[in-house]
Amino acid sequence: MLSKSLITEFENICGKNGVMTAEVDRQNYSYDAAVLDPVSPAAVVRPGSTEEIGKVLALCNENGVPVTVRGAGSNLSGGTIPMKEGIVLLTNRMNRILEINEADMYARVEPGVVTAALAAEVAGKGLFYPPDPGSQAVSTIAGNVAENAGGLRGLKYGVTKDYVMGVEFFSAQGDLVTSGAKTVKCVTGYNLAGLMTASEGTLGVFSEITLKLIPPPKASKAMMAIYDTVEDATQTVAAIIADKIVPCTLELMDNFTINAVEDFAKVGLPRDAKALLLIEVDGHPGEVAEDGARLEEICKKMGARKIQVAQNEAEKEKVWEARRAALSALARLKPTLVLEDATVPRSKIPAMVSAIEGLAKKYDLSIGTFGHAGDGNLHPTILTDRRDTAQWHKVEQCVSDLFDAALNLGGTLSGEHGIGIAKAGFMKNEVGQSSIDFSRTMKAAIDPNTILNPGKIIGM
Amino acid sequence: MSDLNALAKCLKDIENQLTDCMKCGMCQAVCPVFKETGDEGDVARGKIFLLERLSQELLTDAKGAKARIEKCLMCGTCAANCPSGVKILEIFLKARAALTEYLGLSPVKKLIFRGMLKHPERMDTLVTAASRFQNLGTSKADPALGTRCSTLLSNIIGERHFLPLAKKPFHKICTSLDTPAGKSGLRVAFFPGCVTDKMNPEIGEAVLRVLNHHGVGIFMPKGQACCGIPALASGEQHTFNSLLSHNVDLFEAGDFDYLITPCATCTATIKEIWPMMAPENSKARYRAGQWAEKTMDISQFLVDVLNVAPAGADKAAVKQVTYHDPCHLEKSLGVSRQPRQLIKASADCELVEMAGANTCCGNGGSFNLQNYSLSKSIGMKKRDSILATGAGVVATSCPACMMQIRDMLSQNHDKVTVKHVIQVYAETLE
Ligand SMILES: Cc1cc2nc3c(=O)[nH]c(=O)nc-3n(C[C@H](O)[C@H](O)[C@H](O)COP(=O)(O)OP(=O)(O)OC[C@H]3O[C@@H](n4cnc5c(N)ncnc54)[C@H](O)[C@@H]3O)c2cc1C
Ligand code: SF4
Ligand code: SF4
Repeated sequence: MLSKSLITEFENICGKNGVMTAEVDRQNYSYDAAVLDPVSPAAVVRPGSTEEIGKVLALCNENGVPVTVRGAGSNLSGGTIPMKEGIVLLTNRMNRILEINEADMYARVEPGVVTAALAAEVAGKGLFYPPDPGSQAVSTIAGNVAENAGGLRGLKYGVTKDYVMGVEFFSAQGDLVTSGAKTVKCVTGYNLAGLMTASEGTLGVFSEITLKLIPPPKASKAMMAIYDTVEDATQTVAAIIADKIVPCTLELMDNFTINAVEDFAKVGLPRDAKALLLIEVDGHPGEVAEDGARLEEICKKMGARKIQVAQNEAEKEKVWEARRAALSALARLKPTLVLEDATVPRSKIPAMVSAIEGLAKKYDLSIGTFGHAGDGNLHPTILTDRRDTAQWHKVEQCVSDLFDAALNLGGTLSGEHGIGIAKAGFMKNEVGQSSIDFSRTMKAAIDPNTILNPGKIIGM
Repeated sequence: MSDLNALAKCLKDIENQLTDCMKCGMCQAVCPVFKETGDEGDVARGKIFLLERLSQELLTDAKGAKARIEKCLMCGTCAANCPSGVKILEIFLKARAALTEYLGLSPVKKLIFRGMLKHPERMDTLVTAASRFQNLGTSKADPALGTRCSTLLSNIIGERHFLPLAKKPFHKICTSLDTPAGKSGLRVAFFPGCVTDKMNPEIGEAVLRVLNHHGVGIFMPKGQACCGIPALASGEQHTFNSLLSHNVDLFEAGDFDYLITPCATCTATIKEIWPMMAPENSKARYRAGQWAEKTMDISQFLVDVLNVAPAGADKAAVKQVTYHDPCHLEKSLGVSRQPRQLIKASADCELVEMAGANTCCGNGGSFNLQNYSLSKSIGMKKRDSILATGAGVVATSCPACMMQIRDMLSQNHDKVTVKHVIQVYAETLE
C-alpha cells in the first residue's frame, strides 16, 4: 500500500480527480488484453499535462514506487499489468493532436492520442499515416511506439518505428529528455528515439511524439486468391516476394479460419478452400495495373484455383471485411483465445505453417492461422478454455514449441505484440544471455531504483 | 466472506457469459460514456471484469462495483460492436438484478418501483394529480419547444428543461380499442408505453390516425402497465415480473397479427428482454416467446409489412427533417432504414442526415437522473450534429430520446422542433 501522504502528494500534482485508490478502480487497471493473471496497483494516477508526468515520476523515483504506464491497455503481452505496490500512470487525458504540418509532413501528438483518430485527421488533410494495428480504433500512439506496433500495411509501408521522427519523454528521475527532430534527416546524438521504440514503458515515459507522414497512394487494387493446398498459397507468397513485387497487404487465412469467418460473417468465402490469400497493391495507377496483372499470373502459376479481383470499392471492402472478421470469428468459438505473433523470414512461411499444423495435431488443439503472410508475421490463434487446467497446460507447452519452431527457422518471438511479461522468459532463447545482460546494465544505469515497468521484457 | 459467497452464487448464472469477453478493449472505441470519462470502470470491459472478480469472490466492494455497473446508458453500442459477441446487455441486466438482490433496493427506488410503478392504477392517479399541480413553481423555459424548468424542484431535477406532463394522458383520451381489421386485413396490438401515455399523448394519437388511415384493426386493452425496463435496469426483478404478468394477462385476451409500439425502448424490451428475463417456466415467458416475433416498431410495421414507400420524385419538399437513431432500435434491433423511409414517404419532407445519427443521445433512462452532467455533455454532441444539418425538425422513434433532445435544444433556445417519426408522417396524411 502507498502511504496516505504519498497519495496526497499525487493529488497535489494531478488534482483529486486525477488519482484513484478505490478497490474497484484499482482492480479495473489490473489487466490488459493478454491472457495473464491480473495484479491490482496501489493507485491509478492520471496526469493532465507534461509537467505533471515529470512530477509524478520524480515522486515515484524518490519513494521507490513502481510505475506502469497505460494507454488503452490493448496490448497482448501483459505490458500494462502493474506491480501491486506500484501505480498505473494513465495517459488518456493527454489526447491532443498538437500539430499536423502539411508542408513538412509530420504530426506532433500527445501520448494518449488514439491511432485511428490521428489517421483520420491526417487523411482529412490529404496526407497518410500508414501504421494500422488491428486495435487502432482504441490503441494510443504512445502504446504503438512503446510496442512498435505493426499492421496490415507493414509489408510495404513498414511499422510504427519507421514513422517515429522524434520523441519527448521523461526519465525515471522525472527529467525531460528529447531526441530526434522535425527533419527527415537527423543524426544528432544517440538515437534515443530508436531506443525508446519498443521499450514497453521500461526506459521512460513518452510525453510527446513526432511522426512522419507521407502522401497517400493514388490508386489501389485488391484481390482474393483461392487455393486447394496451404502449401500452394504459402509458396505463392514466396514467389511474389521473389518477383520483387511489394503489395501493401498480403494476408493468409487457413481453412479453419475461413470456416469460422463464414459461420460468423457470411461474406461468401469458399468453405472448401484450404487457404486464401488476400492481396492489395497500391501506388501510381500505371504501376498498380501492371503489378495487379503480374500478381494474377503468379497466383495462377502457383496453383490458385480461382482469383477474384475486386471491381469496385464495395467489393474491395468485402475482401477486407473478411480479413477483419477473422479474429472476431475465432473469438466466438471458445472462451479463451491465445493470439500469437511468432514471425519468420518470409521465405520460411511454408515451413512455419506446416510446423503450426503439426503442433495442432501433436497437442490436439484447435489452432486457426491467419495473418500477415507477406511479412512473415502469422497469427496462429489457439482456441481453448483457460478454466480447463489440463488443456491450459497443453496450450502453454504448445506455445513454447511454437516459439522454438519460429526461432529454428531464423525467426523471432514477437513480430508486433511485444515481450511484456508474457514472453520475458523466452527472451534468452532468441537473443542470448549477453544481450540480456547488456540490456540489464543499461536499464540499471537509467533506472537505478527500478521503478519503470519492472519485470517487463528483461525481467527486471 | 460468506456474504460474498452468496453474491457469487447469484452471479453463477452469468459466469459462462462473462468468460466470452477476451478483454480486447475494442468496446472503448464506441462507448459514449467512456468517450467522456476515459475510465475503464465506465466501459464494458471494465464492468465485465468487475463482475468476474465478484463471481470469483476476489473483489470485496460489491457496492462500489454496483455503482460502476449502473453508470451505463444501456445503449448496447458495445454489444453491437463486440468482436467476441459478448451478450453485454443481458449480462448487465442479470448482474444488476443479482447485485440488487444482494445489496437491497434504496428506499427511494423501493417507493418508486414497488409503491408506484408496480401498480399501474396508482401510478395513473398520481400522475394525473401531479399534472394539475405541476405548473406551480415551474416557469416557461422555451416557448417554442413548450418546455419548462423549475427552481423549486432544482434539487431533484437540476437545470433540466422538460415538457410538462400531459393535461390529459393518452389512456384518458383513448381508454381502450378493439376494432376489426380494415382494408389491410391486419390487426395489431398497440402498446403506447409510459412516456407516450403520460407526456406525449399526441404520439399515441398519431399512431391511431396512421393505423386508421391504412385500415389496420387495433387491439388496445385498458389498464396497460409499464414495459418494466426501468425497474429491471435498477435491478428490481420483482416489479418487472409483476408488470410483465399484468401486461401478459391483458394482451393474451385479444388476437392480433403484430404487437406494435412507438417507443424504441418498449419495442426492444418486449421483443428481447421479456423472453430473456421472464421467470423460467412461467406463462409470461411462454407468451413473451410467442410475441417476440410479432413485436415491431411502428415504422418497421408500416414499411416492412404495409409497404409504405417513399413518395415519388414529384413531391415538393418544403420541410427538412433530420433523424436520430435511438440505440434500442438501431443497435438492439437493427432497425434504421424503416424510420427513414417513413420520413421520405411523408409528402412535404426531405430527409437530411446528421453526422453520427446513430450515436447515443445520452438519455439512458435513469442514467440521466443519476449522471446528469455526463448525460448532458453526451447530449450536447447530439445537439451539435442536429444543428449542423440546418433542419427545422429532428425526428426520432423513441419518446425518451425526444425528452433528452428537447432538453438539450431548449437549454440553448434552438429553433428546432422535436417530433416522433410517426407524427411527421401522420401530419402529411390527408
Ligand atoms: C483486437 C486487437 C488487435 C491488435 N492488433 C494489433 C496489430 O495488428 N498489430 C500490433 O502491433 N498490435 C496489435 N494489437 C496489440 C496492441 O493493440 C498494440 O500493442 C498497441 O500498440 C497497444 O497500444 P495501447 O495504447 O493499448 O498501449 P497499452 O496496452 O496501454 O500499453 C502498451 C505498452 O506501452 C507502454 N506505454 C503506453 N503508453 C506509454 C507512454 N506514454 N510512455 C511509455 N510507455 C508507454 C505500456 O507501459 C505498455 O508496456 C492488437 C490488440 C488487440 C486487442
Ligand atoms: S469488445 Fe467485447 S470482448 Fe472486447 S473487451 Fe469489450 S466486451 Fe470484451
Ligand atoms: S451499453 Fe452503452 S454506455 Fe453501457 S458500456 Fe455499453 S456502450 Fe457504454
